[in-house]
Amino acid sequence: MNQGLLTVSYIGATILFILSLGGLSNPETARRGNLFGIIGMAIAVLATLMGPKLAGAGNLVLILIAMAIGGSVGIFAAIRVKMTEMPELVALMHSLVGLAAMLVGFANYIDPTSTLTGAEKTIHEMEIYIGILIGAVTFSGSIVAFGKLSGKISGKPLTLPGRHQFNFGLLIVTVMLGKVFLNAHGISAGMTPLLAMTAIALLFGVHMVMAIGGADMPVVVSMLNSYSGWAAAATGFMLSNDLLIVVGALVGSSGAILSYIMCRAMNRKFFAVIAGGFGSDGGTPAAASGAAPAGEVVAVSALETAELLREAKSVVIVPGYGMAVAQAQHTVFEITQLLRSKGKNVRFAIHPVAGRMPGHMNVLLAEAKVPYDIVLEMDEINEDFPSTDVTMVIGANDIVNPSAMEDPNSPIAGMPVLEVWKSTTSIVMKRSMASGYAGVDNPLFYKENNRMLFGDAKKMLDEVLNHLRG
Amino acid sequence: MQIGIPREIYPGERRVAASPDSVKQFIKLGFTVAVEKGAGAEANFSDEVYQQAGAEIAADAKSLYANADIVLKVRAPMALPGGKAHEVDSLRAGQTLISFIWPAQNKELMDRMAALKITALAMDSVPRISRAQKLDALSSMANIAGYRAVIEAAHHFGRFFTGQITAAGKVPPAKVFVIGAGVAGLAAIGAASGLGAIVRAFDTRPEVGDQVKSMGGEFVTVDYEEEGGGVGGYAKVMSEGYQKAQAEMTAQQAAEVDIIITTALIPGRPAPKLITAEMVRNMKPGSVIVDLAAEMGGNCELTEPGKVVVKHDVTIIGFTDLPSRLSRQSSQLYATNLVRLMEELCRTKDGVINVNMEDEVIRGATVIKEGEITWPPPPPKLSAAPQQAKPAAMPPAPKHGHGPGEPASNKSVLTTGLSLALIFLLVGVGAPSAFLGHFTVFILACFIGYMVIWNVTPALHTPLMSVTNAISSIIVIGALIQISTPGKMITILAAVAIVLTAVNMMGGFWVTQRMLRMFQK
Repeated sequence: MNQGLLTVSYIGATILFILSLGGLSNPETARRGNLFGIIGMAIAVLATLMGPKLAGAGNLVLILIAMAIGGSVGIFAAIRVKMTEMPELVALMHSLVGLAAMLVGFANYIDPTSTLTGAEKTIHEMEIYIGILIGAVTFSGSIVAFGKLSGKISGKPLTLPGRHQFNFGLLIVTVMLGKVFLNAHGISAGMTPLLAMTAIALLFGVHMVMAIGGADMPVVVSMLNSYSGWAAAATGFMLSNDLLIVVGALVGSSGAILSYIMCRAMNRKFFAVIAGGFGSDGGTPAAASGAAPAGEVVAVSALETAELLREAKSVVIVPGYGMAVAQAQHTVFEITQLLRSKGKNVRFAIHPVAGRMPGHMNVLLAEAKVPYDIVLEMDEINEDFPSTDVTMVIGANDIVNPSAMEDPNSPIAGMPVLEVWKSTTSIVMKRSMASGYAGVDNPLFYKENNRMLFGDAKKMLDEVLNHLRG
Repeated sequence: MQIGIPREIYPGERRVAASPDSVKQFIKLGFTVAVEKGAGAEANFSDEVYQQAGAEIAADAKSLYANADIVLKVRAPMALPGGKAHEVDSLRAGQTLISFIWPAQNKELMDRMAALKITALAMDSVPRISRAQKLDALSSMANIAGYRAVIEAAHHFGRFFTGQITAAGKVPPAKVFVIGAGVAGLAAIGAASGLGAIVRAFDTRPEVGDQVKSMGGEFVTVDYEEEGGGVGGYAKVMSEGYQKAQAEMTAQQAAEVDIIITTALIPGRPAPKLITAEMVRNMKPGSVIVDLAAEMGGNCELTEPGKVVVKHDVTIIGFTDLPSRLSRQSSQLYATNLVRLMEELCRTKDGVINVNMEDEVIRGATVIKEGEITWPPPPPKLSAAPQQAKPAAMPPAPKHGHGPGEPASNKSVLTTGLSLALIFLLVGVGAPSAFLGHFTVFILACFIGYMVIWNVTPALHTPLMSVTNAISSIIVIGALIQISTPGKMITILAAVAIVLTAVNMMGGFWVTQRMLRMFQK
């Protein structure tokens, strides 16, 4: 295969990747989109394997073995993963991209066949330096994100004193090391600053994600998604490969837009999230105590909940991370089915940051076979709450907190929330009266038309289902 | 302190200010309770049940008033039969009276009570704010009146309410028109539609339309632009043009419907005359009008307060004692309202009341404080139903960045544009041409990504992340190219990179497919 054919194949693959992402605009075209992505990847890999730069059957065998090992591990993980664990899997996969980008960068640096000189050489070395930098940050950041999501590391933000200065110091050192690296003569001389920078980048990645709270995890996951794209793009520059650049840019902007959407859904600035520590910058944490909600919390039993649901004509279910933790999505669907068979209008309201990654709740509900046309976004359903008889909030807290709209001193003031308190009755399912990730008390619980159903979401919903059937 | 419950002396009044349940709750609050002999007889509460609840029975009114510190009544104090004695005379300085008083209409009574240096709380003056709803006796009585109005109408109406098709022929449903959708009106709408009638309702306040619908009625509007909401949840007087349009609409409805229930009241004024003699004449023979405003002069010109009259073949019911006609129910609700008020007055639960004039609810209800007339109270701060349900004050959400359809501010466009121009200038000056080619591709790809990703539906954000993840394992191309480069180290690094990216590639696509398969209609 000559160079021309290779380039044409790459263009074909690029188009297929763009179509693949475009297909996700609708669940009906999404599967075809994924297929386009697979075909595009297959074309790109095959064309490269048959391309002019690859020589020797021994290498081909090595490649096939490597791909077989990696591929089987990947498929095994993809089959075994539970839908509630998707955020962890995605974070882990980000780390692999980051690590691969690092390795390719190092391999490229020690490539003895490089013949570049002058400005081109400097640019090339800068590309290597930046590529490894992004790769390393992505790698270590994703590992920590994985740890936080899977509960191996505490979800609380780690706020070291003077952490902004610390980060800034790391940046300065990185720039200085870059200067040393560019001026170094020979590969071995340049290796020392390169390795030092890698260590700093890894440290920075860890520190950055450690400082971010659990509620901000959707932003972090999509941000790391973005980084893995930029890492691929940087590798593309390094290797002068347009396919990598295009795909990297696509993935990078995708992650960036997702991060932006998540930030907007929480009414937070991107840099405030990255800087970490909820409410510790500027805002008064936990609001003024004078605004503490007063009143009584009315607890109900599963039986009473079933009664309320039986009386209702229109029901909205608001799932949150608690539903994912309790693995209650299947029970939720059975209840939904039962209520719908009785002619009730049952719908789901999804807040953009419900769960631990963008679209997390949608995937869980889809897994439980909830039809996607009754799963609505916040903007689509917020107007309908006043005409809703019963709203069930399952394991969500901050996303249904009225103080975001009513109390300008609240740390979550201005965050768009699901206005469940406007429905005739709302039922909040929670394990206890503890506050959400934002650490803000929720006046919803004290509203007159609100009821609390305490207990494990799965267990309580099973009881509700039994009473509904009985 | 002792609470005294006297027997009501108004002729035909069957209510009583305490139920056995409320007696128990008063005792829990630390009071002792005395009930006059036979006080609850007309409401089906015998002296024995009061005794069982813990009350003592006072043989007559005189001993009851003598021992009580707080007197709970339904009707305002009035002259005893015979005309000489007056209930007020039984009160003494320092005593507290809680009952309906209607201070605006009963000026003379107020002066007499003030002269006695008593404290008086009027249940009709409880402010209509959300917190005071539980002690709003006007609402509980209006609710009963509305229900009873429908029952009275049904009693005098010669047909079924619900439509039926029987072997003996077809019966059309009765049509009921309710004027004024306050508490009484809404209760009437609910009761009438519960009996199967077709119910229409009218109110000058357009915001009650939803409440009418929720009770099963149809909301009729007047084709004239004017808001009718006054302070404190009441209606206000409307302009002449509006009244004309409303009269036309009422006349039209009157000719069509079988039963009219009117509940229109404007505080401190005679009831508006909404139904003229002409309209009554145009009604079908056998129709019924129930005038709940009869006590204030009536909404119908032909109403005779307290009586049932038939004029132009239309039965006009002007009873002023509808709650009393449901005495057990109304006594129970009124007694509960009183319990709630006593809870407010006796926060300490030690049987001693504290008339705290700082409390908005107590301040509103208190018309005489230790001989000093404190009525009317300052105007209520909040309406029971906020006039326009304005969204809670909220700072406009700060927007940062911009998506399609959400234009960015000019300033941010300018700064972004300038900084991009600066970067491009630097790149253009310093970079070799080969780099610039790649740079072009990079920038264009970013824009394509931006356009494509905004179209992704939020429901598919997780599959989007996993598929972009799979796609970003395109890095494998780099490793594939490098593996043939001489040098063992490079080969090892590249091989490891291939393994890693293969995990991503296969795993990412597979899990995406798995997720997408689950999305179904």
